[in-house]
Amino acid sequence: MRRYFGRKLLIYGLTFFVAVTVNWMIPRFMPGDPVASMVARANITQPAAVEAMRRYYSGLFGFDQPLWQQYLNFWAALFRGDFGLSIWLFPHPVSTVIGGAVPYTLALIVPSVLLSWVVGNRLGAYAARRKLLDNTVLPVGYVLTAMPYMWLAVLLAWALGVLAGVFPVAGGYSFSMRPNWSWTFLLDLLHHWTLPFLSLFLVALGGWAIGMRNMIIYELESDYSNYLAALGAPARLIRKYAFRNAVLPQITGLALQLGVLVAGALVTEIVFAYPGLGSLILKAIQNKDFFLLQGAFLFIVIGVLIANFIIDIVYVVVDPRTRAGMAGARA
Amino acid sequence: MTALQEVAPRERAGVRREALYFAVRNGKLVTGFGIVLALLLLGLIVPVLLGGNPNEYGTRPMSPPSAEHWFGTTTFGQDIFLQFGHGLRSTFAVGAIGGGIAAAIGMLVGFVAGYRGGLVDEILNMLTNIVLVIPTLAVLLIINAYLGIRSVSVQGLFIGLTSWPWAARAIRAQTFSLRTREFVDLARMSGAGTWRIITREIAPNMSSYLFMTFILLFGGSILIASSLDFIGLGPTEGVSLGLMLQNANQWSALQLGLWWWFVPPGAAITAIVGALYVANVGLDEVFNPKLRET
Amino acid sequence: MSLRVSELKVYYRTLKGEVRALDGLSFGLADGEILGLVGESGCGKSTLGKSLIRLDGRMRHAGGTVVLDGEELPIADDRRMNDYRFHQVSLIPQYAMSALNPTRKIRRMVTELLRSRGVTLDTAELESRMSQVGLPREVLDRYPIELSGGMKQRMVMVVSTLLDPSLLIADEVTSALDVSTQKAVARALLGFRDSGYVKSMIFVTHDLALTHHIADTIMVMYAGRLAEKAPADVIVKAPRHPYTRLLLDSLPEVGVRHTDRRLTGIAGSPPSLLDPPAGCRFRDRCPIAGEECAEDPPVAEVAAGHYVACWKA
Repeated sequence: MRRYFGRKLLIYGLTFFVAVTVNWMIPRFMPGDPVASMVARANITQPAAVEAMRRYYSGLFGFDQPLWQQYLNFWAALFRGDFGLSIWLFPHPVSTVIGGAVPYTLALIVPSVLLSWVVGNRLGAYAARRKLLDNTVLPVGYVLTAMPYMWLAVLLAWALGVLAGVFPVAGGYSFSMRPNWSWTFLLDLLHHWTLPFLSLFLVALGGWAIGMRNMIIYELESDYSNYLAALGAPARLIRKYAFRNAVLPQITGLALQLGVLVAGALVTEIVFAYPGLGSLILKAIQNKDFFLLQGAFLFIVIGVLIANFIIDIVYVVVDPRTRAGMAGARA
Repeated sequence: MTALQEVAPRERAGVRREALYFAVRNGKLVTGFGIVLALLLLGLIVPVLLGGNPNEYGTRPMSPPSAEHWFGTTTFGQDIFLQFGHGLRSTFAVGAIGGGIAAAIGMLVGFVAGYRGGLVDEILNMLTNIVLVIPTLAVLLIINAYLGIRSVSVQGLFIGLTSWPWAARAIRAQTFSLRTREFVDLARMSGAGTWRIITREIAPNMSSYLFMTFILLFGGSILIASSLDFIGLGPTEGVSLGLMLQNANQWSALQLGLWWWFVPPGAAITAIVGALYVANVGLDEVFNPKLRET
Repeated sequence: MSLRVSELKVYYRTLKGEVRALDGLSFGLADGEILGLVGESGCGKSTLGKSLIRLDGRMRHAGGTVVLDGEELPIADDRRMNDYRFHQVSLIPQYAMSALNPTRKIRRMVTELLRSRGVTLDTAELESRMSQVGLPREVLDRYPIELSGGMKQRMVMVVSTLLDPSLLIADEVTSALDVSTQKAVARALLGFRDSGYVKSMIFVTHDLALTHHIADTIMVMYAGRLAEKAPADVIVKAPRHPYTRLLLDSLPEVGVRHTDRRLTGIAGSPPSLLDPPAGCRFRDRCPIAGEECAEDPPVAEVAAGHYVACWKA
């Protein structure tokens, strides 16, 4: 077990290292003076702010120091939680800006991913045993999973928001409100959350349902299923076993899909102007705020790594074979 | 029909003929490729037929679909049908380039890791796992933002460079199972080199699998590209379906009720990717006799 | 007579038409008898094994009856057949190595399986049967992946016979094992019969030599039909059907050096069962075929308990 997790942690550590290094390298190997071009491209009107920015970023990059020193400084700053200052929202630190957006993104992505996974697996398992359901679930699933996230988001916003007027189509809460812990505000939050959640949920749902359907059909044809059937075990028991075994690759699939799901959340937020990381990234790109962009990138990488590790732990808990194998197979 | 029964199952030409026999009779495969081909043709023909610059402002902004403008116009009077035609081209290009590069890298890494094993496998596997874990879109965000991607082909190149890991993994596993088979042993004993064995013995024996991998990478590249375009990191030159969606979103097509602006590009992406997926299922049924419905 | 199979026909549905895997097979099996069933692959022996317990999705019962202990088995009716499975008819499958659910501990799997059949697990009985085949009780608290191939095989044998079925079908149980393990498995099967865990047994195999050690009677099948059936010694020492003789000739004999006599298989291959030719199905490969072989040879009892389907026998 230690070996298994040791290996996983090594990969995640290396991944993090690579991500940080890429993050450090790209601005430095960009043609021209990154500070000058950055400040010039930022749409800042006050000259005083421009001067302050130039001084701050020159110091931050530390071009007078040797390259390795710059690299080490970059890591040191990272461990202090210092991602630099945002250009768009100068002089707010990047970490604060991102910290304000992350809860919205998490509130969107965690429930939609988990629910779509659970419901998709159930749906796929039902589809596998009823021809009629299979003939509807499968095509719908393929259409959903082939949809670009933002397009379904736009369609939902148009149908349920603009045409039906049931849900708001922009923002995390009404413009007239200030964030507070009242029921009115929470309901308003929920109201704004529904459509982005629904579009994320639906696109992901299709993929899980198809995956589960195929896996469970494979399991139902496996040797242990045939053996149980030959011994007259009821279909209920066989399906129970097949479902459980088919869920395991779906857990691995969840880890593999994390990147795609995060990407989906980002573009969905942009459609709904939802105040999470996606909208933040859009603003960073529009305002050439590279520090904010890089900070967001690192946050996403860290988040995905943590999620991967959680999935690893869950997998070990759920699949006895990994534990049995780890204890050393006693043949 | 009777001729087919006589073909010995191991004969390669026979297998190919049998695959073709089932391929043209597989509804999923025919429908899937039919849709893809139809849209490809549309992309090839429309720009030639209509001519003109897809981004040129027109005189009748925000007009709904009509005989003159089949898909209507944007807030700037641009003809959406013309943009759609050009966008289809970009979409297929980015799929082919991104999918092609990703497939090439995935095959290279997968074959070498799976066939050589040992330390080479360990290192390549580590590399694969690292690139696999990093969220592709996030990396592309950083790269595209700093470099300022101009053309569709550069966008496709970077997508290809970042989206190969799962393919490498899958191909590695397949190679691993083929490595110990008799015909590979035989080639090895007769003194064939690694490269020769991979290209002559292993790759041809999983060609159907490789083709299906490419199709999935093709579809994946299209989806990633459309997301990048939508965030505002698309190619700065030309038109793509993702950029059309981005423009529609940016210029409030939703609030203005210009549904003809955002429906066609999204529908086309969905149709292409969905048709590819369905065709892939069909291919699977053709190549794996076990899956054929009897 | 514990089992009576009469004119059994089971066809496979394929894209190209129906394959007549079993085409009018009749035989009987006495209480306490072990029947060895041999033949080349595709001769229908596995189809017979499946037909007696569970037809797979592509198989169709096209005629004939199977009577076990005086009751006709509803082999075409999957649902009704369930009552007989495990209790009356049981199976040790070819794929015994992968027959156990990989994500359940064995004790739990067995308990759940028995409960689903309305039986409570008698742990003491289970453990005593396990020890009879040399499995320690700790095996129950392991996952299948923690057992060796031989252990999994023996575990499946114990599970399959736990409800003391009247008929046990052992389908190619030894083909994946090495020679010493094969012997152990054969001994264990004999032990099951002698302890009364199973009344009678059909031992399906392509290994004529091994069958000789375990079976009381041997039945040779060819192209979906019975070729010859006789007490084991008679089949091995005095076969009457040319196919049986060729099968025996193709075996290496223990203690005989093959310097001057090369091992030969039987030339040619069995006929397509999609549209089988009229007459004796072995005709094309038979060294002694004659004019009369253009007509179907009936199964004749040439001596007590010795049945042959050949005009020349």
